[in-house]
Amino acid sequence: MTISVPDHPQRSPLGRRRILGWLYQGLLVAGVALIAYVAIGNLYANLAARGLKLGFDFLWQEAGFEIAFHLIPYTASDNYWRVFLIGITNTLLVTVLAIAASTVLGFAIGIAQLSSNWTVSRAARIYVEVVRNLPQLLHILIWYNVALRALPPPRAAHSLGDAAYLSNRGIYIPSLTTDRPGLLALSILLALILALVLFRSLTSYAERTGRTVNAWLPAFAVLVALPALAIVLSGAQVSFSVPHLRGFNFVGGWVIVPEVVALVLAMAIYNAAFIGELVRASIESVNKGQREASAAIGFGWWQTLRFIVIPQAVRVLLPPLSNQYLNILKGSSLAVAIGYPDLVGVFTGISINQTGRAIEIVAMTMGVYLAISLLIGALINLFNRMTRIVER
Amino acid sequence: MTQAAALPETGGARPSPLRASNPLTRLLGDLRGRMFGTRRDALLSLAVLAILGSIASAILPWALVNATWTGASRADCTGGGACWAFVASKAPQFIYGFYPPLERWRPDIAFSLLLVGLVWLMVPRIPGKAYAIAFIALVLPITTFLLLRGGFAGLPLVPSDQWGGFMLTMILAVSGITFSLPFGVVFALGRQSKLPLIRWFCVGFIELCRGVPFLTVLFMAIVMLPFFLPPGTKPDPLALAVGGIIFYEAAYMAEVVRGGLQAVPKGQYEAAMAIGFGYWRTMLHIILPQAVRKVVPGVVNTTISLLKNTTLVMVVGLFDLLNIVSAGVSDPLWAGSQAEGYFIVGLVFWLMSFGLSCYSRAIEAGFARADRS
Amino acid sequence: MLGNICNKWVLVAGCLLAGSTAATAESGATQKAVKARGVLNCGVSTGVQTGMSTLDGAAKWTGFEVDFCRAVAAGVLGDPQKVKFVPLEIKTAFTTLQSGGIDLLARTATHTFIRDIELNVEWAGVYLYDSQGFLAKKSLGVKSAKELDGASICVSGGSNYELNLADYFRKNGLKFTPVTANTREQNEKNLEAGRCDVYANVLSALAGAVSKLGSPNDWVVLPELISMEPIGPVVRKDDSRFRDIVAWTLNALIAAEELGITQANVDEMKKSSTSPEVQRLLGVTGDFGVKLGIDNDWAFNTIKAVGNYGEMFARNVGDKSPIKLERGLNNLWNNKGLMSAPLIR
Repeated sequence: MTISVPDHPQRSPLGRRRILGWLYQGLLVAGVALIAYVAIGNLYANLAARGLKLGFDFLWQEAGFEIAFHLIPYTASDNYWRVFLIGITNTLLVTVLAIAASTVLGFAIGIAQLSSNWTVSRAARIYVEVVRNLPQLLHILIWYNVALRALPPPRAAHSLGDAAYLSNRGIYIPSLTTDRPGLLALSILLALILALVLFRSLTSYAERTGRTVNAWLPAFAVLVALPALAIVLSGAQVSFSVPHLRGFNFVGGWVIVPEVVALVLAMAIYNAAFIGELVRASIESVNKGQREASAAIGFGWWQTLRFIVIPQAVRVLLPPLSNQYLNILKGSSLAVAIGYPDLVGVFTGISINQTGRAIEIVAMTMGVYLAISLLIGALINLFNRMTRIVER
Repeated sequence: MTQAAALPETGGARPSPLRASNPLTRLLGDLRGRMFGTRRDALLSLAVLAILGSIASAILPWALVNATWTGASRADCTGGGACWAFVASKAPQFIYGFYPPLERWRPDIAFSLLLVGLVWLMVPRIPGKAYAIAFIALVLPITTFLLLRGGFAGLPLVPSDQWGGFMLTMILAVSGITFSLPFGVVFALGRQSKLPLIRWFCVGFIELCRGVPFLTVLFMAIVMLPFFLPPGTKPDPLALAVGGIIFYEAAYMAEVVRGGLQAVPKGQYEAAMAIGFGYWRTMLHIILPQAVRKVVPGVVNTTISLLKNTTLVMVVGLFDLLNIVSAGVSDPLWAGSQAEGYFIVGLVFWLMSFGLSCYSRAIEAGFARADRS
Repeated sequence: MLGNICNKWVLVAGCLLAGSTAATAESGATQKAVKARGVLNCGVSTGVQTGMSTLDGAAKWTGFEVDFCRAVAAGVLGDPQKVKFVPLEIKTAFTTLQSGGIDLLARTATHTFIRDIELNVEWAGVYLYDSQGFLAKKSLGVKSAKELDGASICVSGGSNYELNLADYFRKNGLKFTPVTANTREQNEKNLEAGRCDVYANVLSALAGAVSKLGSPNDWVVLPELISMEPIGPVVRKDDSRFRDIVAWTLNALIAAEELGITQANVDEMKKSSTSPEVQRLLGVTGDFGVKLGIDNDWAFNTIKAVGNYGEMFARNVGDKSPIKLERGLNNLWNNKGLMSAPLIR
């Protein structure tokens, strides 16, 4: 490779570097190509030896097993594509729940760490140091195998006004069922958007005029009234289903199975320690002078917080926080250890065992996580670009 | 935040009512000032203390007062508290896994070698860090592997499926860290490279690894990779798992190292180029030495997360510390010792992780002092 | 650590040679390889399966699967200790066998059509007729599986049993909620904690669970058995000679029980038995071992090592073990069971 150098002593170092650069890249491409060639050769030899072939036709085979928990309808006669979808929705469900819970807890921990009260800040510190130095899998196993095991069996369940029950089979709560679920979902979505818009416009009106306006009440009213109106006008049948004990278990209502409870609790507790640290760091990053200046122009603490500290802290907080959210998404794969049918559990675990399609299934699973990660990564970049402080 | 934002710092600044010469009295006085300075502080403190107290009063009697320390089975644990006899009787298995009892001096030597290497590397006063690194990265893995596996010079062969417990956890963690760091440096340099193909390759690899759960990488290594190996090879699950760990953590190490590289001022690159240094000389002699101190905290953090991640191998059927303790609980003699088992595993991981993070903070503080002086 | 590096280099070297190392599928190759190696590589379950394969604190293997490996090693190599046990999860078991990582899979592997036809492996007989059933707490008051509508049922995720279970409930128009776990221990923990009402698995596993749960009288196996699970040793399809060796090792164990040969009296029988069948089996007359390509002493060595089939069963899972599994279908044919050996003549 360096033979050319003594031949052309007059060649500038820059030119030599360019040649070396091409050489390195050529070596990389050749190396990757060689490994890929050999690996694919091996793959076909192995597949032939095992009488397998690649392909996604297995997705249309009947799965033949039951799944404990699914948000979309499923029976044992559905196919593996449906199993895949159930895996994704189950993963997203625990991820969203865990993100919500860990954010609330994490902000509380972060703020408590900055408390002027010595005991509170020390206690928050202890929480962070104890929790984040234990493996997440251990958190999950402890919640699943120790804490939730203390709950009574269904026949001796703790009841809340005979409408909600807590037992070792999960939390049973009354559910709302309707014969037109699409309409209900649509009206709730619409009401949410409307309420948000109303809330924003009312608060901005209050800011512009300096009048005190209660923005919460109208927004809340819209949120309740619109779906109610939709139901009444369309004449949809709505009924409450209250869980009750029949045979071995409760029937009716909604059930949150213990696997979900253990998983969400453990992930929330574990990730709250990290989020707490991020929140603390982001608030500390806001210059103390900013706070003093804001006090000097007569802002109260809420106004200081709302208009001075939070906007600046959020800019610092958001990138690492969204990274932490991605960690929660990835961490939700530990569900497989306690038998919750998330994507890894039901697809990469059970479906590989049943079909033997290791390559296709692992690739699909990784593809899903990668797609979500890249999507969220792109959103963060977009946000960063939009909220960048414009230097003048 | 509420109070921090609104009130000036009240804690340390408050003059202590007692300025006694006795340091203990002074400490107590300080504490009282900090915890119960104002009525609101006092109420908050009491509430927090009540919560902490109730947790402690649930755990301490269980773990210490009512605990049983010796016994031959769960039936001997009659105190109503923790049954540490379980841990005591299973300790050899938790530490060595299924390693033959007569051969356990071999892991003992490996543990001591590791300890020597770590002390050498981590205690700043001991000279010869370069040799320490060489020892840990080259001598230690080779001797440990040969020693544990045996099969020569009269040492009986102990195949890797008999390795387990704490020993396996340490093998996974130490080999993961030692090998993922150099790969991480290579990928970080590649990602910074001006050569597009190399850069794209490294970016692709790093983003792929960081975008998927560790568990899927483990599944890939254990169930998918064997399809790509030559027919007739019997891949060792432990080697596959270690490969998966290195593969995954290298991407995280690469990002940490990249952060360090970016923190080195651009002038340093330009100066090195100006005096005619080539790429590799610039990197090896100018940039990486400066980047090292910036990356120490990040590397330690990645190390901690790697250490905690090793527990995931239980999902693919390896008997690391967590899995062997879980399996130990299913021994009919000790049924129901779940909490004790998890407690011990937690304690071991906590001590290691907390120790590492304390060490990282001490190093950081040391660098900060050095920068100031 | 180094293993990893080594493996990588071996891998690279192996990859480069991949073209030249086409699998040599020749009858008798496995046996030659085992002889040359001096050790039988035998796949078993992961070492925590009470009665089947257990790796104890002293790194000693015991169990039914383990004994079968030793029996084959005794027959082929003359020494039951010359076995390397390879613990395998079911998901890697067949691929490891297929890739040559093990010579014999003596795991609790149920014989199914798809596995037999698509995976290029072959069952060398049946050493255990197991059936899938349900284990329930007596206090639950369930008398029949038909009463299990709406129950939560513990089952191993990704197993056959999961499919059998779903089939059974579909067939009977009943509903159930599966509580899946990856390992038997987690299933047993779930059952004990009341996370599920009943535990569905094969009888040998249920018996193993009862032996661990304490107070065996609190538990009952429901009368319905929902599947027949023929479990046997598995070998590669391309080596019929090795299949014969494994199959006849099993046959010898069964025949020995029928002929009354035990671990204790095998020396005696070899010396003084006048039964022509015993003489043929133990290699006193004829050269059956040589015809298989191994020693004429093969069956003698095998029985000397692990006893006859009945002894092997009783010691590991039967009445002489903590599991106390009923012999049931695994009795000899002349004792209301299914176990029989082809004639040794």
